[in-house]
Parts: sequence; C-alpha cells; structure tokens
Amino acid sequence: SSNEHKLNFKKSKEACLSYIQDALLQKQWKRAAEFLTCYVESLEKDYSREHIGPSEMIWRIGTEILWHHSQSSMKEFNCFMEQMKTLGVKRYLKVCLEHVFHLLCNGQIDEAYQNLSLAESWRFGEQTAIQDKEMKLIQAYRGLLDYCSWSKQKNILLEHGEDGFADLAVEQEMHGFFRKAAVNLKEIIKIPGVWDVFVKCYVDLLEFYGDHNEACQVLNEYAYNSKFPANPNAHVYLYQFLKRQGESKKSLISALKILHDIVPSHELMIDFNTMLQKSKKRKKRRLGLEVIFAALDYAGWKENAKAWSCLARQVKQIVISEKHLDWIKQEWNSRKDWWPAFHFSRYLAKRNWQENKSLSYEKGLVAGILLGKDCKYFKYVSHQGCKAQLKRFRMLKKFVTRHNSAYLKISG
Amino acid sequence: RDFNERCAQCSEVNWGLTDGGRFYCRSCHNVTERTREVVNTDFITNSRVQTISKGLKKQEKTDGGCEWYICEGFQLVLKKQVEALEALGVCPQMKDEILCNFWRCYLQKSKQAYCKRPAGETVKALSVCESSTDVDSDPERPSLLHLLSFSESEGDLQTDCSFVSSLSKVSESTSVYSGSVDGSLYLMKDQKEKLRMTMPMTLSFCYMALLWVREPITLSELLRFVVEGHIPYLNVFQHFPEKMKLCGLDLKIFCVESWPVYEEVFNKMHELAAFLDLPRFPDITESCFLHPDMLCMKYLMEANLPDELHNWTCRVVKKIGIGEVDFLTLMPGNKSTRKVKYDVLAAAVIVVVLKLLFLLDDHYEWLLSEFAEERNKNNTEGGPYFEFKKWYEVVKHSLDVEQKKLDEERAKYLWRCEKPLFYSVKNKSKVLKRRQMVVNLQNQFGKLSGSVQRAEKPNPSSFQLRWSEENTDGSCFHGHSLKGILQEKCGLLTAMNPDYWLCTVKLCNEKLCGHLAHYREVEFPQSYHFVLRLFSFILRIQPSYIHDEVCMIEHKLFNKKLCKKLKYNTVLRK
Repeated sequence: SSNEHKLNFKKSKEACLSYIQDALLQKQWKRAAEFLTCYVESLEKDYSREHIGPSEMIWRIGTEILWHHSQSSMKEFNCFMEQMKTLGVKRYLKVCLEHVFHLLCNGQIDEAYQNLSLAESWRFGEQTAIQDKEMKLIQAYRGLLDYCSWSKQKNILLEHGEDGFADLAVEQEMHGFFRKAAVNLKEIIKIPGVWDVFVKCYVDLLEFYGDHNEACQVLNEYAYNSKFPANPNAHVYLYQFLKRQGESKKSLISALKILHDIVPSHELMIDFNTMLQKSKKRKKRRLGLEVIFAALDYAGWKENAKAWSCLARQVKQIVISEKHLDWIKQEWNSRKDWWPAFHFSRYLAKRNWQENKSLSYEKGLVAGILLGKDCKYFKYVSHQGCKAQLKRFRMLKKFVTRHNSAYLKISG
Repeated sequence: RDFNERCAQCSEVNWGLTDGGRFYCRSCHNVTERTREVVNTDFITNSRVQTISKGLKKQEKTDGGCEWYICEGFQLVLKKQVEALEALGVCPQMKDEILCNFWRCYLQKSKQAYCKRPAGETVKALSVCESSTDVDSDPERPSLLHLLSFSESEGDLQTDCSFVSSLSKVSESTSVYSGSVDGSLYLMKDQKEKLRMTMPMTLSFCYMALLWVREPITLSELLRFVVEGHIPYLNVFQHFPEKMKLCGLDLKIFCVESWPVYEEVFNKMHELAAFLDLPRFPDITESCFLHPDMLCMKYLMEANLPDELHNWTCRVVKKIGIGEVDFLTLMPGNKSTRKVKYDVLAAAVIVVVLKLLFLLDDHYEWLLSEFAEERNKNNTEGGPYFEFKKWYEVVKHSLDVEQKKLDEERAKYLWRCEKPLFYSVKNKSKVLKRRQMVVNLQNQFGKLSGSVQRAEKPNPSSFQLRWSEENTDGSCFHGHSLKGILQEKCGLLTAMNPDYWLCTVKLCNEKLCGHLAHYREVEFPQSYHFVLRLFSFILRIQPSYIHDEVCMIEHKLFNKKLCKKLKYNTVLRK
C-alpha cells in the first residue's frame, strides 16, 4: 500500500536508533549523543507493545555514551543514572546494580557500597517480590564488598604482626565484616548460577575461620549439583581446595575427571595426566594417555614442551614395557590422518628445532614412535641433533631405531 | 456577529444567534429573519459560532477554557497555513477570497455551520477536561475502544496505553474526554457522506486554492515546505489561543504523527472539489507555471540537464496532447478525465525523453557517452557536447550527499513541541513530568553533541539542487550541447538511438489496484532507476509514482504501435 513509506513518528525513531547504533559501533560518541538527543522524545509515547521500550533504550545507550565520552564526568554520569532510576520502577534494581558496577569500575568503592545499601532498603509493593533476583544480586555484591573490607582488615592484622593492642579493634571489625559477608554470599550461591567470584570469596572466608567441612560442601555443591550450569571453574576450585587440604590422589583425580570431559584442553590436564600416569591402576594409566592425547589435539598446546614431555614419557614407558601398545594404537587411530600435518610437518620440524630444542626432542620421540624412524619430523630433528652433537638426540635416535617394531605394530 | 444593523424594535446593536441560526436582539429579544449565512462575510477572523442552546455549559470555565468546536480549530489551522503561504509570496487574494470561500462552502455542505442544524444532531455536550461537570446520560455512549480504533486510518497517534487501560475501567456513567465540545461526536460521524475534516485535508484545501489561483507552487513543493516547517502542520495546535483547551479525543484529530503523503492529499483534494460542486477551475495554459513545458524547464535545470533537452520535452508534450488546456485544467466531478499530477507528469516527460535519446539500458548510454567524448575532443567551436557519463558522476555524487543529509534529517525530526498534550486530567502530571525529563535529557546529551549546531531552518527555496554555470570545474551541464549524441538525417537532427523499451507492455487497471504499473527496482536497468531516484528526491515522492506516469506517457506515445501489436497477437490466436 502507499502508506508503507509514510514517514511517521515510529519510523523516524527507528531510523534514529539505527544511526545511534552505527555511531556506537564506531565509537563516535558525539554523533551518538546528537542522535540520542533527538530520540529521547520517544519517552512521551507509549511503546508498551514493543519488546524493549524507549526508556530502556535510553538508559542503555545513554550509559554507553556517558561512560565513554571524553567530556562526560562521573558527576554527570551519576546524575543520569539517578534519572534513569525514576524512569521505570520495573527496572529500578537492575539500574541500581549496573550503576554500582560502573562505580566499581571507576574505583569508587564507597559510593558503590552506599548505592547497594540504599537499593537493599528499597520497597515497592509487589515489585519487591518480582525483582527478587535482582535484590539477591544486590545483597550478594554488598557481601562481596564486605569481603573486600574483611580482606583489607585481615591484611592489616597480618602486617602488624604481634602488635597486640591496636589489633583488637581491627580484629573486631574484621569479624564484623566476615559475618555480614558470609550471610549474603551464602544466600546467593544457593541459587543455581555462575557465581565464581562469590564462591571463591566465601570459601576463602570459610577456610580462614577453619570451617573446612562447610567449604568442601559448598564446592561440591557448586561443582556437582546438576541444577547449576556446567562450569569448569567449579571443578578447578574444588581441585585446588582439595590440593590445599592435602587430600588423597584418588579424590584429586576424581575432581579433575569431569574437567577433562568438559574442557579437554584445560591447563590442569598436565597435572591430571601426571597423577594418572603414576597410578597403579591400569584404568587410570589408560585414562592418562587419553587425557594427554586429547589435550594435544588443541592448537594452543602445540608448542607446550611440558605437555609433549608427558606424552613422550608415557609413550616411552609403554614401548619399553612392550605392554599395552594397543592403547597407543587406539589413540592414534583417530589421529593418524591429521596429526602428521598438524604437529609433525617438515616446516614445524625446522621451526621447533630453531626455537625450542627441548620441544623438538620430546616431539621427536613421539613422532619416531608413532610415525616410524623414516618420518620427516624425526629424521630432521634427529639429524640436526646429532649434527649438533647433543647427547640426548643420539640416545633418541638409538631408541627409536631399536623400537621400530613398535611403530610397525601401531601402524599395522 | 458583524451584523451591524440596528434592531428594529430597540435600535440597539446587540445581536446573538438562535438555534435556528437567526439573529435576535439581546436587548429586546426581537428575532429577525436574517440568518447568518447572508450576513457574515468576515468569518476568517476567528469568529466563534455562538449559539444559545439549552443545557450547554457556562461560557468560561474555571480553568480559563471556553467552548469550541472542532471546525473552529480547523479554521484556525487553515488561517495559519494560508498566512504562511502569504509570507512565501502567494497573492493575498488567496486568503481573503479563495480559501475563505472554499471553507465556507465546505462548512455549508457538511452542515457544520451556516445552515440549520439538522434535526436529531444535537451536539452531545460531553464532559471536558474538568471532571466535575454534569453529564448527559446517553444510552448510546460509544465504547471507547471502538472510538480509538475508529480513526486508525487517520493520523497514526498511538493510544496512550495508560489512557486506554484507565478508561477501560471507566463505568458507563463517566464520559469521553475532549476539550472541544464535539470532539467525540466528530470522530463518530459517518465520514463517507460528509467528508470529515482531517489534518491532511487542510493541505488539500491549500493546494486547491493554490491551483485555483494558479500559483507557481506544485503539490510536491507544498508538501516539502510543510516538512521543512515553512507551513504549519505538525503541532499547529500550539497556536490555538489559551482558552481553547485541547485534550482527550481532540488529540486524535489535531495531533499528527506522520507527514502527509502526496497521493493522499492529492486524492482528497479532488474529492473535496467534487464535494463542493466547484465549477471548472481556471485554465492552465501554456504560459502557466503548471504547464508541462514550464515545469520541464524547471526540472531540467534542477536535474542539471542541458537546456537543449527542452525542445524534446516540448515535442513529446505536443505529440501526446498533454499540453492541451482541456487535459490540464481540472473539472471537478468529472470521472472520465485522468487527474493530472503536474509535477510528476513533467518529471516523467523528462524521463521518457532521456530514454528516447539515451535508451538507458545500462549499455547504450555509456557507449553513446564514449562516442560523445571522442567527438568532444575535436570539438573546438561552441560549448562542449553533453556526455552522459560525466553528468552521471556529477549528479550522482551530489544526489548521494543530499540524500544522505535528508535521511539523517528524517531520523532527527523532533515531533513533539513545548505544549504538552494530555488525554485527561489524570495523566496531566505524568505527562508534565515526562516532558521535564525529556527536556533534561535533551540538554544533557545536546551538550555532548559537540560543535554540531542544530541547523537553522533553511530559507524556503524552489530548488534543492543548484548548479552554477560560473563553476569552472565543469559541473554544470545546462549549456552543453546535444550534438554529440545526435545525427543529421534529411537536414534534421535526430537521435542516434533507434530503439526504445517500454516500461510495461500492459497497463494495470488503476481502479482495481490503484496503480498503472508496479515498479520493482530489480526488474529495470540501473540507469533508469537512477533517473527515477533523482526525480524522486526532487519531488520527494516514491519512484513508483514517477514510473506510473512514465508508463502512461509511453502508452500514449506508442499507442499506434501497441495497437498494431495487440491486433497481431489476436490474429495469431485465431
């Protein structure tokens, strides 16, 4: 119909928004401000049928502009945020929270704390219940700031050493912060979610005051409760805690198992493999091999000499014992098509040799076993190494040549 | 009101009007036979329709408001508009004689004034901004939602959701808000018969008057002046006197939130002319600005095309008879003649001429341009030969720049004004608070806009694209010669291009789908689209409108050939 192109309020403001968006993406803050000035009159219209209304748009866009614009001051920013808080009661706590984030980014911890306290005391009929989640977050962040204060006091205490008197007041304060922090942090981590920061702080508090049981329980919940989203960090925290507590290898291993499943390229895989290799149980050693192969599938590990040395050690041990060559065969099966080009090309041989002799040594061993003594990588590296008269390379050459049958078994 | 005769009985001059529209002496209550119709000639000066009816509210409200009718509001709007036109240089007769008579005629025909109130149509005096007024209990009280959706086709004013929700809880006994006396009644009326007045229609009135006087302002120019703010339209209610309070349903009538569309204003104008039973309009002759020959000259200049093309446009105009007085002059009510869009027609003629000379099939025009370039090298005498390529580059560049500016301006329109609007007293404070916040935010972010000043309203001008022959960079093509692309045949200069492609072989039935053709950019050469885009920018209308006219012209021009072809086809079928 001929009315499609009719320029009306709605279309004009849609166009305005797209200009704002372009300007924001190109970090042209002045231009964005120019168009926002024209957009704000949308507030006088009703958009209740739209998904995102103008008041939310203005809040978000205005925040971005004021945060980045060179001529904007923190004072202006705060003033703007206060206005935004009055704009939509349904968003009140959210706006408060984001305002607090900005204050924290700007280093204004005290102001942030004040805002959090103020927000905590807000009540507005049924909205209070509806915005329950935001309220919990606000309390959690206040708890976090309490933790920071606690931490500060703790450090003061430790510095003073054995001063005696002055410490008492500091100690009291410290305990006070602990109580406030603990209450709020405990609450938030009950709700399924990703709460890394809160969990870490809470566990830190618990450990300090010796409540290891509680800490262990919290970490276990965080890692294993299926209601919580899969979070590799949860397992990392648990592992680190158990390590600190000097737990058995068995529990350490079980803590890392799921991490391997979710993030096979995690940096802790080296620790994991090291523990598994040393295990007396066959299954665990088998898993270790799987773990280290899986880690090296990732480009980020290509030049990690430590990882290669783990693999090399295990492969060497298997070859020498002449048992479980089939393990290597199994792992190699899915990799033999692409690992040669990925790890063992001639180009990489040259580069590894130039940059990191240890790396080329470890890789050379693995290549020699998996691809035989005639493969490009091994040939180049061992040749260079022998030429340079490095003892270990001579040993390497001998070893691989001697065990070439292993290669035949693996590849055949 | 301006009836200045002395009363027969008491010799006072103190007249009022009865329900029946008769004058009566206020001093002695002598009723005369004279009706308003005859006496009141000077109505433009904001005359209020004063009547005595039973049960109407007192004149002055406690909030300083007064009673006013919707048509009075429109009268004010028209007054403002015509004054603006006068400021633009239109002849003063337009205001005092032409427009006022049209308006009066309209009021009469639509039975809003100057006539006896038809029985049964008592003004339902519904409550105004104050809530404490007595209300007629009316069993036919319209449901509010019906009213609100009724005028969907008018303005795009989105209903204030809080308004709807608060009023949906309203019980039968409360009433519909409007500041005017007949706001709700106005919206309810069956508008088909009586051609209810709307904001876009005020422009139809203006255009009609302009056409009658044959002023050199085309409809596209008029609409452009409106958008540029030289003619009041958006927020014109700001100029209503303080006493005329606007609220509730009045907003639906007077607050527009979209710019008027050419077709809408154009069609309404013709409807209006027929409704008013106007006679044949003054002749549009060859010396008239609106004649295609004149308008072509203007648009050729604006499009930076050689003056020599004017010969060609005149030839086309003559050949298809669109320069005839009877074709161009408006006969209201005559359904057989096609209504003429003077500006679009002229632009379309130019497009056709360009197609005739350059073919515009994305190949030939460039070849021709190279050819002209070669010839130009040996051209020592006279002005340079016109080269399509050079023209395209220059004009495209300017067009892109101007279009970009225009698009940005459109995104930056400010639709609201200082005068706040509320649907009801209930949300007045909310509205004011919002307004305050908007102003604060505008100040805050306005300061951060940097050195960009909001451009002053540009002076109204007839031309949007200007090319000066004084520029030595050769960017003005007015004086270029067409010899470079013409050839001599039998002593006459004819186009080298022997071909022509029709935009469409068959025209659509305008009555069924509203258009002669349906333009889709991808189906046509880019050069053609460029030319449409150029005139689309100049006239501020969609390219498809120009395309329609081009189709129409082509069919007239190649009528014989097309008939032959159709006959041939029918023969084949047999």
